[in-house]
Amino acid sequence: MRILVVEDDIEAQRYLVQGLKESGHVVDEAGDGEVGLSLALSRPYDIAIVDRMLPKMDGLGVVAEMREHGNSTPVLFLSALSEVDDRVKGLKAGGDDYLTKPYAFVELLARIDALMRRRTPAGVKTQLQVGDLELDLLTRAATRSGQEIELQPREFRLLEYLMRHANQVVTRTMLLESVWEYHFDPQTNVIDVHISRLRAKIDKGFEGQLLHTVRGAGYMIRAAAA
Amino acid sequence: MKSAGLRLVRTQAFRIVLLYALLFALSVTALLGFTYWNTRRTLDAQADQIIQAEITGLNEQYQRLGWQGLYESVVNRSTNAGQALYLLADGSHRRIAGNLDVWPSSVAADSGNYIEFDYERRVNNLPETRRARGEVFRLEGGGFFLLVAEDVHDRDLTQHMFTTTLPWTVGLILLLGLAGGALMSQNMLSRLDSINRTTGDIIAGDLTRRVPVTQARDEFDLLAENLNRMLDRIERLMKGLREVTDSVAHDLRTPLNRLRQRLEQSQVRLLSSGQDAGEMDRAIAETDRLIATFNALLLIAETDAGTGRQAMTVLELDGVARDVAELYEPLADAKGIHLRLESRPGALIEGNRSLVAQALANLVDNAIKYTPTGGQATITVAQQNEGVELVVADTGPGIPAADRPRVVERFVRLEASRSSPGTGLGLSLVAAVAHFHGTQLKLEDNRPGLKAALTFPRASKTAPIRSAMAAE
Repeated sequence: MRILVVEDDIEAQRYLVQGLKESGHVVDEAGDGEVGLSLALSRPYDIAIVDRMLPKMDGLGVVAEMREHGNSTPVLFLSALSEVDDRVKGLKAGGDDYLTKPYAFVELLARIDALMRRRTPAGVKTQLQVGDLELDLLTRAATRSGQEIELQPREFRLLEYLMRHANQVVTRTMLLESVWEYHFDPQTNVIDVHISRLRAKIDKGFEGQLLHTVRGAGYMIRAAAA
Repeated sequence: MKSAGLRLVRTQAFRIVLLYALLFALSVTALLGFTYWNTRRTLDAQADQIIQAEITGLNEQYQRLGWQGLYESVVNRSTNAGQALYLLADGSHRRIAGNLDVWPSSVAADSGNYIEFDYERRVNNLPETRRARGEVFRLEGGGFFLLVAEDVHDRDLTQHMFTTTLPWTVGLILLLGLAGGALMSQNMLSRLDSINRTTGDIIAGDLTRRVPVTQARDEFDLLAENLNRMLDRIERLMKGLREVTDSVAHDLRTPLNRLRQRLEQSQVRLLSSGQDAGEMDRAIAETDRLIATFNALLLIAETDAGTGRQAMTVLELDGVARDVAELYEPLADAKGIHLRLESRPGALIEGNRSLVAQALANLVDNAIKYTPTGGQATITVAQQNEGVELVVADTGPGIPAADRPRVVERFVRLEASRSSPGTGLGLSLVAAVAHFHGTQLKLEDNRPGLKAALTFPRASKTAPIRSAMAAE
């Protein structure tokens, strides 16, 4: 995947670029807003990672200008600024996701994957499947190995999100933002308790674990190695 | 606008003016009353003097010339009398001489005192009843009566003028007073209203508003100017505070970011070379705790500085309570605590959804943390007179009354809870969120346990979402 990184903190930029390259992406980098904008407008990228505060041209300005030119490349904002208002401003200006510094690299990778997945919808799906686990989005029924599993509405949404991002790491904050639609620090890891409840329903008593904990990152649903 | 009249009457200015008008009307009544009484007394005395003089004159004639002299005097005086009236009559009150035609029926034979009576007189050939004041004398052992009087019609006119004018005057004074009061209060009200509107907007977060100053240069303008100066200062301070939090945020997040990145890099390097990365894991976890505390502190500072107004919406508190309850229910369940929700839809408040959710989450998290297994935690959303009340109550150990004001301060943790994980910022943030929404965090005894309550101002149905702060 081609990724544009616009970041003025040289050390952070180097680390970011290196990490993304190691994850198998092709990366271009820019150190200020103007270079970033001209790159974004002249080359096709799958995603742009833009720092909120940049020399010469502010990150918000870069994205607003991109959108003005009809460029719809997904943008992930990185920000060291205050979160309360800035998040809203970033998303209003045309950003697709927003990550506050300091962040864990796995969180960034997971969000990039989620943004990419969102960009390539494989038609309107009414049925999700991971291994022998099936989720019918119309009848809202979940079955594993043909055996019906009863889910609460929120558990259904949680499982749906995980299955839509099957084989991808999904972080706790991503789950809170997407499934609960809240952005705050829940103090205790409440998401973990929800996951273990869900796990008890879809994995317990079945052959092969589907819902995995990714250490230091989050969760992933994937079929047993086949 | 339906209660505009009532509002007007309730204003201080109107009450003062009304009181003043009443007092003024009372003084005018008293003054006119006194003038009336005095004028009447003077006029009566004047009339009495004239009558007395007449009587003295006639008496002299009578003493000197006897009956005949008196008769002639009466005839003489009657022909060119001004306001004086004379009537000489026989024992049966039949007229003998004088300028009165008949003995007035209301006059008794001998009153010995001043009397007042009505008599008829032709003015321009039209009969007219007029009032007179005079005295009756019995002469010659009761053979004759002499009535000497003075026409007091003019005095009565004056009196009449007084009595008819007084109510009108008082009424007019009151009316003018009321009108003036209304006008003055209206003027004061409109100016106070504009000050109140402006300060209301400012309290709601729009620090760029200023109180309008007129050309009048009166005390209202002075007040407005002082308020504006104060607002300039507050705006500067708030802006400064926001800039400081912004730059603190930026200047600390950047190195924290690098620190975490380096630790991650080292961790990856250790793992890829097959070494134990346990120390590195702990270092990262410690850094994340540091970041969490820093984020919480910054969020409190930002909330106190009023950042976050851009995300103000009309939101249903019931929905937020339901979401948070549902989010924490498995956690409570795992700890053997019964988490209950008592809420009904329809409670609209104006707020920042994620701040309200964060505050509620902090309260619920605390309730679950400190309530022993088998206990109960309750989230209640209730419509109260003052607004929409959000309560989180638990059956834990509670907080002693003396410590309650202290626990909302930053980093304050009671000895009893030191062993539990947490930043010691949870309640501070709740208090900051409360201030942000124009309310306060109240901590009470739940007997047993803690009861934390926030009463949000109700969002009016037409309430426009407060415009974003213009200062950017």
